[in-house]
Amino acid sequence: MSTCKESEALRFEAVVAILDRYERDPSRLIPILQAVQEEYRYLPEEILTYVAVSLDLSPAKVYGVATFYGHFSLEAKGKYVIKVCDGTACHVKGSTGLVDALRAELRLEGKKKTTDDLLFTLETVSCLGACGLAPVMTVNDEVHGLATPAAALEIVKSIREKEAAHAAN
Amino acid sequence: MLRIESKEGRAPDLEVVAAAWDSARARALRRIVVCAGTGCIANGSLKVYEALKARAAEAGLKVSIGLDVHNDARKDALLTKSGCQGFCQVGPLVTIEPDGILYTHVHVEDVPEIVEKTLVRGEAIERLQYRDPVSGEVKRGKGEIDFYARQDRRVLSACGVVDPEDLYEYIARDGYRAARKALLEMSPAEVCEVMKASGLRGRGGAGFPTGRKWELALRQDEKEKYIICNGDEGDPGAFMDRSVLEGNPHSVVEGMLIGARATGATVGYVYVRAEYPLAVVRIRAAVEAARASGFLGKDIMGSGVDFDIRVMEGAGAFVCGEASAMVSSIMGNRGMPRPKPPRTAEKGLWGKPTVVNNVETLAQVATIVLHGAAEYRRTGTESSPGTKTYALTGHVANTGLIEVPFGTSLRTVLFDIGGGVLGKDGKPDNAAFKAVQIGGPSGGCLTKEHLDIPMDFDSLGAIGAMVGSGGLVVMNDSTCMVQMARFFMHFTQNESCGKCVPCREGTRQILALLDDIIEGRADETTLGLIEELCENVAESSLCGLGASAPSPVLSMLRQFRPEFEAHVRDKRCPTGQCKALSPFAIDPAACKGCGMCAKACPASAISGERKEAYRIDQAACLRCGACVATCKFNAIKRGAL
Repeated sequence: MSTCKESEALRFEAVVAILDRYERDPSRLIPILQAVQEEYRYLPEEILTYVAVSLDLSPAKVYGVATFYGHFSLEAKGKYVIKVCDGTACHVKGSTGLVDALRAELRLEGKKKTTDDLLFTLETVSCLGACGLAPVMTVNDEVHGLATPAAALEIVKSIREKEAAHAAN
Repeated sequence: MLRIESKEGRAPDLEVVAAAWDSARARALRRIVVCAGTGCIANGSLKVYEALKARAAEAGLKVSIGLDVHNDARKDALLTKSGCQGFCQVGPLVTIEPDGILYTHVHVEDVPEIVEKTLVRGEAIERLQYRDPVSGEVKRGKGEIDFYARQDRRVLSACGVVDPEDLYEYIARDGYRAARKALLEMSPAEVCEVMKASGLRGRGGAGFPTGRKWELALRQDEKEKYIICNGDEGDPGAFMDRSVLEGNPHSVVEGMLIGARATGATVGYVYVRAEYPLAVVRIRAAVEAARASGFLGKDIMGSGVDFDIRVMEGAGAFVCGEASAMVSSIMGNRGMPRPKPPRTAEKGLWGKPTVVNNVETLAQVATIVLHGAAEYRRTGTESSPGTKTYALTGHVANTGLIEVPFGTSLRTVLFDIGGGVLGKDGKPDNAAFKAVQIGGPSGGCLTKEHLDIPMDFDSLGAIGAMVGSGGLVVMNDSTCMVQMARFFMHFTQNESCGKCVPCREGTRQILALLDDIIEGRADETTLGLIEELCENVAESSLCGLGASAPSPVLSMLRQFRPEFEAHVRDKRCPTGQCKALSPFAIDPAACKGCGMCAKACPASAISGERKEAYRIDQAACLRCGACVATCKFNAIKRGAL
């Protein structure tokens, strides 16, 4: 029981530090949520409530902001977030093929974005601004330009191998 | 040697800094500039940079990283990481001065040869130089390459040339002199006058005169005012703001400082898309350097003016590019626009007057103040002075970031700078040119008939397109315009904030109608319905997002009506991109005339003589695909044969 409480406390320590860093200024809610998401990889409900209370805002308002912006996720994301650019330039250069290939490889059907093992999350974004290299995809902010379905699958494969080797050690 | 006196919080003497930087630069024999824009980094330019550093040291060359103005030792080379050099497609790019060499596609394996041949012996390496795709001629440097030579780079003149993190280099290129002039020699009203006389129009899309915007804010009788730099470059297919923030961030800081002088703002915000992590890093660094050197803070350069800048990252909402929505977002709320008037210049952040200017707009302010309105007006057209940056992408030989004077024709951009259109197989084929989409999800299409129109705010507006933020996406004849119309409508529908009904519901319905066309459910009344809805959404939406959302659809309908009609009337997609409307056809060369398909066809739509090529009666075909399954020779294909 005590260990459970300890890990709970640890869980909230990070958000307290973030709130302090932004001086508990409610007008800085968005940077606060960005920092929370960076720390927890998503916006856990209990953390959102805690943020709301700390900033003297209603949980509804915080939830409203969190759901308005495309970057915020209320669900846990995978360790590797793959973003395929579907901006105009990437679209005309075949980004749909990239998405299809990755969805098939990662077995993501329907609205599912994250693999069951929480290793990968696949998203499309409107424009990464690297149109000169279209089509473009990023893996945790590392940019891969002039991507092909084969190259994309190769990247997934190498990450899986790296993770497997890591787990074996 | 000149010593730069840096008293705490006091701006240094600009001429002393410039002279010190220039003489330090003169002590380095060569300058190697490795492009560290987002595009080149993706291709591995940082590894090239590290390898150059290591290899040059091994070869016994004295290479300085960054320029230390207080160290008067001679150097063999100055190694610099620059912002985007614009020609992303052939990156990583490395330029070497004064040799005037541009190396393209540089990889780590090429580094030893560069060090030994070029740095030690001063020889150029032919295989790393740019080769003209048509003539095959080897080009030594930027001056010889049409992509660069045909441009007029002003806003971008320092991007990709300077070290974006070196404040002193910015000063050496006349940096912060315009700010000093505005702060010490000009009144706020005079700064507004110069901007008005220059005719500078906002580069974010709408083209509102910057001077008038500033003047409106100046007239507001409030102590607290704000200036916002809009770097929420959301248009898919545009990346000029990213490149300026990455490549020359101090030009934006200085522009904001002058804007603060003109309007009386004391606090500035730079709102940057979070998709641009490098731009965020560079602008943050520039703001900190400017503050440390006394160009931001209290009593700047002894003028009595206080001004500081905060950098904020966006959180992924296209609508935040709209001024009132951005204001709402900076205050920590959902980024929703509000009805106007009052304009944000009257009531913005915390109800105070707030000027919102685009990155590219701010980046030209210093030049105008320093060299005057008349000089600025020498370039461009009467109603649209100056230059415009365009992101040239899609099916075009040279993709990248370019800058040309307003009034330049699409023909020059597309064929001279862009090197022509790429066909379906990725090879140059100008006959394959279909359209250019300009202005992103608010813009429209240009076709062959528009090739010679001088492009500026008014001429493009007159034909239902717009300069917008400057994305130019080239499309060849394999592109289905209904699909493109759907692409943009899907984008705006997705980004509609949901506050007003016309935009929220209207974009959804237009999208559904476009899906009907693509899926083959539409008839000829659909097109009229789309047009009517588009007009209503454009007329009645609250903000620019909804008002311009129908533009791409209407523009494509106007330019490519027969293609839309083929979809709804003949149930056929001429490019074969819409699966439901891409008919099956038998390739007569592959067909052996076995007749298996005719037997399999449930609609008896296939006929022919044995041992001769069979045919499909498109009117009777159900598009079930049974024939494809039975054909042993892969002779039946979908889409236009």
